[in-house]
Amino acid sequence: MSPDSLVAHHGEFAEDHSHEPNNVFGFWLYLMTDCILFATLFAGFAVGRHQYAGDVSGHDIFDLKYVGVETALLLVSSSTYGFAMIGAYQHKLNQVLVWLGITFLLGAGFVGMEINEFHHLVAEGHGPDRSAFLSAFFTLVGTHGLHVTCGLLWMLVLVVQLTVLRKPLDTRYVNRLMCLSLFWHFLDIVWICVFSLVYLMGVR
Amino acid sequence: MITRPLPFLTRASALAALVSLTGCKYSILDPKGAIGAAEKSLILTSTYAMLVIVVPVIILTLWFGWRYREGAGARYEPDWGHSGVIEIFCWGIPCAIIAFLGYLTWVSTHALDPYKALGGQKKPLVIDVVALNWKWLFIYPDQHVATINEVAFPVGTPVDFRITSDSVMNSFFIPELGSQIYAMAGMRTQLHLIADREGTFPGLSAMYSGRGFSDMHFNAIATTDDKFADWVSNAARSSVPLNTGDYVRIAAPEEKAPVQYFSNVEPNLFNEIIAKYMGKAESFHSGVKE
Amino acid sequence: MLGRMTLADVAILDSPIIMAAGVFMALVVAAIVGTITYTKSWVYLWKEWITSVDHKKIGIMYIIVAIVMLLRGFSDAIMMRAQQAMAYGGHAGYLPPHHYDQIFTAHGTIMIFFMAMPFMIGLMNIAVPLQIGARDVAFPFLNSFSFWMTAVGAILVNVSLVLGEFGQTGWLAYPPLSELKFSPGVGVDYYIWSLQLTGLGTLLTGVNFFVTIVKMRAPGMTWMRIPIFTWTILCTAILIMAAFPILTVTFGMLSLDRYLGMHFFTNELGGNQMMYVNLIWAWGHPEVYILILPAFGVFSEVVPTFSQKRLFGYKAMVYATVCITFLSFVVWLHHFFTMGSSANVNAFFGITTMIISIPTGVKIFNWLFTMYRGRIQYTSMMLWTMGFMVTFVIGGMTGVMLALPGNDWVLHNSLFLIAHFHNVIIGGVFFGYMAGLTYWFPKATGFKLNDSWGKASFWFWLTGFYVAFMPLYVLGFLGMTRRMNHYDNPQWTPYLWIAAFGALIIAAGIACTVIGLVVSIRQRHLPQNQDVTGDPWNGRTIEWSTSSPPPFYNFAVLPHVDALDAFNETKKRGLEARETPVYSDIHMPRNTPAGFIMSVAAGIVGFALIWHIWWLAIIGMLGVVGTFIVRSCNDDIDYYVPAAEVARIEGLHNARVAQLELTHVA
Repeated sequence: MSPDSLVAHHGEFAEDHSHEPNNVFGFWLYLMTDCILFATLFAGFAVGRHQYAGDVSGHDIFDLKYVGVETALLLVSSSTYGFAMIGAYQHKLNQVLVWLGITFLLGAGFVGMEINEFHHLVAEGHGPDRSAFLSAFFTLVGTHGLHVTCGLLWMLVLVVQLTVLRKPLDTRYVNRLMCLSLFWHFLDIVWICVFSLVYLMGVR
Repeated sequence: MITRPLPFLTRASALAALVSLTGCKYSILDPKGAIGAAEKSLILTSTYAMLVIVVPVIILTLWFGWRYREGAGARYEPDWGHSGVIEIFCWGIPCAIIAFLGYLTWVSTHALDPYKALGGQKKPLVIDVVALNWKWLFIYPDQHVATINEVAFPVGTPVDFRITSDSVMNSFFIPELGSQIYAMAGMRTQLHLIADREGTFPGLSAMYSGRGFSDMHFNAIATTDDKFADWVSNAARSSVPLNTGDYVRIAAPEEKAPVQYFSNVEPNLFNEIIAKYMGKAESFHSGVKE
Repeated sequence: MLGRMTLADVAILDSPIIMAAGVFMALVVAAIVGTITYTKSWVYLWKEWITSVDHKKIGIMYIIVAIVMLLRGFSDAIMMRAQQAMAYGGHAGYLPPHHYDQIFTAHGTIMIFFMAMPFMIGLMNIAVPLQIGARDVAFPFLNSFSFWMTAVGAILVNVSLVLGEFGQTGWLAYPPLSELKFSPGVGVDYYIWSLQLTGLGTLLTGVNFFVTIVKMRAPGMTWMRIPIFTWTILCTAILIMAAFPILTVTFGMLSLDRYLGMHFFTNELGGNQMMYVNLIWAWGHPEVYILILPAFGVFSEVVPTFSQKRLFGYKAMVYATVCITFLSFVVWLHHFFTMGSSANVNAFFGITTMIISIPTGVKIFNWLFTMYRGRIQYTSMMLWTMGFMVTFVIGGMTGVMLALPGNDWVLHNSLFLIAHFHNVIIGGVFFGYMAGLTYWFPKATGFKLNDSWGKASFWFWLTGFYVAFMPLYVLGFLGMTRRMNHYDNPQWTPYLWIAAFGALIIAAGIACTVIGLVVSIRQRHLPQNQDVTGDPWNGRTIEWSTSSPPPFYNFAVLPHVDALDAFNETKKRGLEARETPVYSDIHMPRNTPAGFIMSVAAGIVGFALIWHIWWLAIIGMLGVVGTFIVRSCNDDIDYYVPAAEVARIEGLHNARVAQLELTHVA
């Protein structure tokens, strides 16, 4: 094909019904595959959760207060993201940016606390190579943390696109914010499973 | 055009070869024990049950293919695409055959369960089996002897194999006696077999386990009670003892390991081999060097 | 600097066979590069193929990868058959064990992941959007990315031939054998990373095609008007989305064991090898149906077309496909009845396995009754189909035999098992894909494949299959287990010689396919080979209503579907389509190099991780993420084709068709 003879088409998607809704649906499907990924990790954790191999158990290492704060950060960040989405639907860029900023800080706080927890465990000699339980714990929680980190990077990219690159807050970018929103809430739900199945059941 | 029913010829010759095999040595179709015999008859029964549907399908395929070829002038109904009666048969016949086979599966799986002790008057002979790289260690806990790559037991006595691995996954298999079962480190699997006829049967690992896998076979000797007693006392005369320390030496990787006998076997060795994977890393290492 | 790579890893230096293979590969690559440079095609290749997001071109590229990897995987097969025929009673054969063990691992891995999967995805790329009347897939850029991830994975496998080694663990790499303690080399790492890359590509393809089929069907195409091939692809997409994440996690855990000393599957410290076996088969069994369902779909297109009759029991076919999809997730344990599960568990999985054969049996009957009262044209496609029907029922029978735990306890891991799955994969999957390739080839390229060579290929494959694999069934009964590089039972030898001869017959079949391709391409301009109308087989579904090859926008005017076999109905009513249609602007995606660049960067990550070259892995990762971010900032990703341009392209096509009709009248 020869694009020269064809009319170029930039940005404006509002009138196009064929592609954009597919993005959200497709992303939702991707999240379902991610759900299976986490389900498999949970299965792995279920198999290994009592295999301490003489090393520590959950009871020895979990500090529920600490994890409670982590959990609170992530849950609150879900609400703040919700406010960002309200702004997005009203096409209020500043509102979106402020709430995204708060969400980012909460998310970064969560990741920071998790890294701190991991660092302490490794420093005390309870790294992921000490037992099947610790392998499964680090992998499950770490995979979730990696997802959150990707979400943060994505948020950063969106903010840069909306500010530095001056992209318009049109259907296209609202849809992108929507996908990230799905992702962020999804990670929240996964974390609730992690919190109950790994930490709450682990300290007993 | 279909010119020759070529697949039929090939299959017929393969079938003929198969039939001629029934007298062969070293064969699943010539079992030497009750478990193997039951499994042979299960194979035949299930095959016959399925041939009931497979043969007609093959014949119909070729017949329809011939009958309704373009230019044959057979009846042509381009818009015919549904028939309740035929659909009932399409679903019904497979359902009926699978119902029969499902029943057969349930009954036979329970009857032939490798973990199920075999009945009979005689007390079972317990043999502990350890898969090593790349050889088999057999420990007779009651006779206090052990061997490498040779196992013996009396005809007509149920044998209770308790199996583990001190290396990778293997599968313990004596084709002429019947079932196989995996050997896995840190775990104990179980297999009950019995020999009804005297003989020396090849045994092997049926699960690829690395470099020396192809030579990882052993002889299984089914013999009379007297000769078995002789075999045990012969092994007991071996000057090589087997305790935890010796074990580390003999567990080192080895290809084409010759038959060896050990006397004065440490009573708890088999359990120790399993238990060492339960604890911390400091317990002893064997197998391939890291 | 280079991680654990040393000069000694350049395997080409120490083995004549690998040296020959390496030199051959280098020559082929040089020849291709030379030809492209000589014909000054680099720009064309870059603009029209490498950066293309057109599903038809991506489909063709998938099939090229599949055919190349078929040759690679088949040369492994020939070497294995030759080795086993020769290596009896003290003879070591001609291959060192170290090499033989790599070959059977590579053969299985390549044939499943890099031959069958790309072949299937290629066919679905070519056919599905056309069958549902769509202009492209839902996510054209992701489609390009998926393809290049598969291609890069295939390249990694081939790099292992000359640099380092491949796994020596069998195609599913069971731990603890695949753990660092027992496989310290790079072989398993090559295996893991090439499959992780292609696996990610496949997962995205699953999402892509599911959305495409659910959201982008032509107006009027209700669920019960979807062509069967598209139905099977829909189910395949579901299976891919549900199964491939499990594979990703399983290999991820194995990597963590190998790279960070974790204990998911190790013998020590609470690792559990049985978990790996369960997980890999929780992916592996659905994978079997991912491969076979599209083949069933092809047969369901071929049989009605060449019986010139509608498909018998369309609805039963759909329900059977959906049944198989769901049942395929509750049978995985039948791959390890010998692991010591309780009798209840074994019996349960034995019975669920058998239940799958019911919908499969229904399908066979439906094809059979489609032929009934039809007018069968014996093209090579119909031969592949009938060869399949006869062969597959035998494979199904041996499969049900293996589904009885009592039978499996003596046949597990024997050559009987090998014969069984080759019986269904060659006789089912491969025959289906060959039929599909011949069927849609004119649609994708505009000219037909030479059918004489196609028929010759079929007969060689069919006889070759029986000669090569029936002896393996027998060897299973003789107690021969798989993966032996030598043996000392002389009784097995004659059967192995027959099997080796069968492999040679199959080689002739492959040669016929390759020659057929070359002949067809050389004679593509002959009038009898041209597909001018776009409907060479008197097809029934709407992909045959557009020209061959279709214009890049597929349909000038989106078809309206008011029946099953919509195009056939249109033809019966007379070609009312001849009235001048009203064209409007068409929205199309732009080509992009982003998918290619990201995949190459991902390939670099994989290669660097295999060799522990950490700095390179970081650079590659930055390349992947950076390219993706840059791509997401680019708004100029699509354009409109003006109605006038559409009218011009359609006018050219109509003129060609009119001229052809004139020649016919003359």
